[in-house]
Amino acid sequence: MSAAHAFLQRLGERADDEPTWVAARRQAGAARFEALGFPTKRDEAWKYTDVRRIAEGEFTLADDAELDEARFAALGMPLDAHRLVFVDGVFSAALSDLTDLPEGVSVEPLTTAMRTNHEAIGGAIGRLAGVDFSPFTALNVALSEEGAVVRIGQGVVVEKPIYVVFASRANESARMSHPRVLVMAGARSQSTVVEHYAGEAGAANFTNVVSEVMLERGAIVDHYKLQEASSEDLHVASIHVEQGRDSRFTSFNLNLGGALVRTDLVTDLNAQGAETNYNGLFFVQGRQHVDNHTLVNHNAPNTFSNENYKGILNDRARGVFNGKVIVKRDSQQIEAYQNNANLLLSDRAEIDTKPELEIYADDVKCSHGATTGQLDEEAVFALRTRGIDEQMARGLLTLAFAGEVMDQVRLPIIAERVERAVAGKLPERFNLADLVEVSDALEEA
Amino acid sequence: MLEVKDLHVTVDGSEILKGLNLTVNPGEVHALMGPNGAGKSTLSAVIAGKDGYEVTSGEVLFEGKNLLEMEIEERALAGILLGFQYPVEIPGVKNIYLLKAALNAQRVARGEEEIPAPEFMKLVREQLSFMKMDGSFLQRAVNEGFSGGEKKRNEILQMLVLQPKLAMLDEIDSGLDIDAMKVVAEGINSLRNADRAILMVTHYQRLLEHIVPDRVHVLVDGRIAKSGGKELAHELEARGYEWVLEESAA
Ligand SMILES: Nc1ncnc2c1ncn2[C@@H]1O[C@H](COP(=O)(O)OP(=O)(O)O)[C@@H](O)[C@H]1O
Ligand SMILES: [Mg+2]
Repeated sequence: MSAAHAFLQRLGERADDEPTWVAARRQAGAARFEALGFPTKRDEAWKYTDVRRIAEGEFTLADDAELDEARFAALGMPLDAHRLVFVDGVFSAALSDLTDLPEGVSVEPLTTAMRTNHEAIGGAIGRLAGVDFSPFTALNVALSEEGAVVRIGQGVVVEKPIYVVFASRANESARMSHPRVLVMAGARSQSTVVEHYAGEAGAANFTNVVSEVMLERGAIVDHYKLQEASSEDLHVASIHVEQGRDSRFTSFNLNLGGALVRTDLVTDLNAQGAETNYNGLFFVQGRQHVDNHTLVNHNAPNTFSNENYKGILNDRARGVFNGKVIVKRDSQQIEAYQNNANLLLSDRAEIDTKPELEIYADDVKCSHGATTGQLDEEAVFALRTRGIDEQMARGLLTLAFAGEVMDQVRLPIIAERVERAVAGKLPERFNLADLVEVSDALEEA
Repeated sequence: MLEVKDLHVTVDGSEILKGLNLTVNPGEVHALMGPNGAGKSTLSAVIAGKDGYEVTSGEVLFEGKNLLEMEIEERALAGILLGFQYPVEIPGVKNIYLLKAALNAQRVARGEEEIPAPEFMKLVREQLSFMKMDGSFLQRAVNEGFSGGEKKRNEILQMLVLQPKLAMLDEIDSGLDIDAMKVVAEGINSLRNADRAILMVTHYQRLLEHIVPDRVHVLVDGRIAKSGGKELAHELEARGYEWVLEESAA
């Protein structure tokens, strides 16, 4: 019996009050998952990431979304936003806030969207991320029940961010969830979508999420994935983006938590003028493992991609960066830039980084670079000569390293939160909040 | 305040400072001159506590305490500030962060409260306008992409905010045009008082017209070859260093 089969078996019987077409999809997902099995290190895409902790885990699906306000407040961000909250994958109406959605925008849990509009949603979901992308997307199809569906009408500018929180509780026994996120951005619409994965201390759950973002002509989407799972949580995510003409997608993939984290980010630039920007930052310590696989498909001429991923690794943490750019034949006048820089704060931390460029056109401006290093000792010295102690000097420089990515972040709450997390190792008397305050005061003046 | 006694320093196996003696008292301004490669920057590196400089004998005392046993940041907290010949660029660290962290480190070391943000801003703005520096400097990363002159002004700005007891400024005048030189000199002069001392490394008389030193020393081949009053600087300007070498060899 395969590990994949055993994994599904452990779930036992499922409620069968679902529409037949949903059940059929599920079966297809399960069949595909069983056929593929869990990836092993022999699979090129999983060479450095061992998923046995997931395969051998005993997880059950949660059936309640209980989380009181106080516990939620400790996890979520006080973001002025349209908010959708899931607790261990289960929708929480109580914690969500969808009161003043502007006209032309719908933000719903997947189950509701399916009931009210199953033609449109059913046709869209899975279009970018079907069962073949990876065993985990197949597993997601087999087991997904809930998720977030965001639809933005033509020309609608959504002022407030759409904030989707996935809270992972410290449960008595481990839970798993397989959420879907579907964002359909109409022509010339503008929006910001935040996926926030937050875990309580002691949570040891498995999240396996699949997101699809579809941008019609001229749409602009800022997409944040802020991953702050607990140090025991297991997290697998794939984000699939499809871009129409003159659309602009900007991704912020910010990873701070989790024991084992894998994120795939795939964009298809399908029409000219489409632009995608990948900003990534991870900060891992202890024995955390973070694997980022990114892919940009330049399927049309005159498309643009820009990627900047930074990793900070301490203790015995391990990081993987694989960034692939494919320029199809006849996709001329392409610009594709990629940069990956990693900072090792300890000799025992490890990073495997690999840029992969496959270019089948000739009129292409392309660059890539990968660097891995330590802090600049000259700079540490210079700061110390100003009375700043060594630990704080190293903290400031680490923050500075992250700064290049964080400066791009357009939501101050997120920027500050991540800066704070990165600065977490600074001595207490280094009052970052105060610095940020000074910095803001300056900007206003 | 600063006593350097028979200091011998080796870098990469070769001796650079060969028995240097120098005493600087509170209230005094000293100029340290001498040809390229004489060891002036080596002396400031040793005082700062930079790695790679081996003190084989001699001592350096600051207010009677053994400086060479102190950590780099302890020296700064004791009241020493080095203005570097080549200030380091620190990408991503905003000037404002450095200034605040440095000032608070000093206050905490003195057992004082951290400076409240508004008070800090007021202080920094005053010094900034004194140095004729634009407010945007504060948001820029330390020295990153600064011109030579901007870097030097920035060193002085740090000095004005931190108010050290002893400032050792290494070729603070190089790369400055006349106007910038005046601003920098005014900055340095504003710090002069009976409790502070300033040690300036320079090649040129020009700076010393703005900041008149009490003592002038000529450092040649790792030793102070000659010391004198401010007129010595004029003489060096007119005659170069050769004669000092010959005189000390004789
Ligand atoms: N880090 C170093 N490594 C090797 N040699 C050095 C280093 N620093 C200085 N030196 C040598 O020491 C001597 C004195 O240099 P320095 O102190 O910079 O002179 P000055 O500042 O008077 O021009 C020179 O010969 C220089 O080449
Ligand atoms: Mg020098």
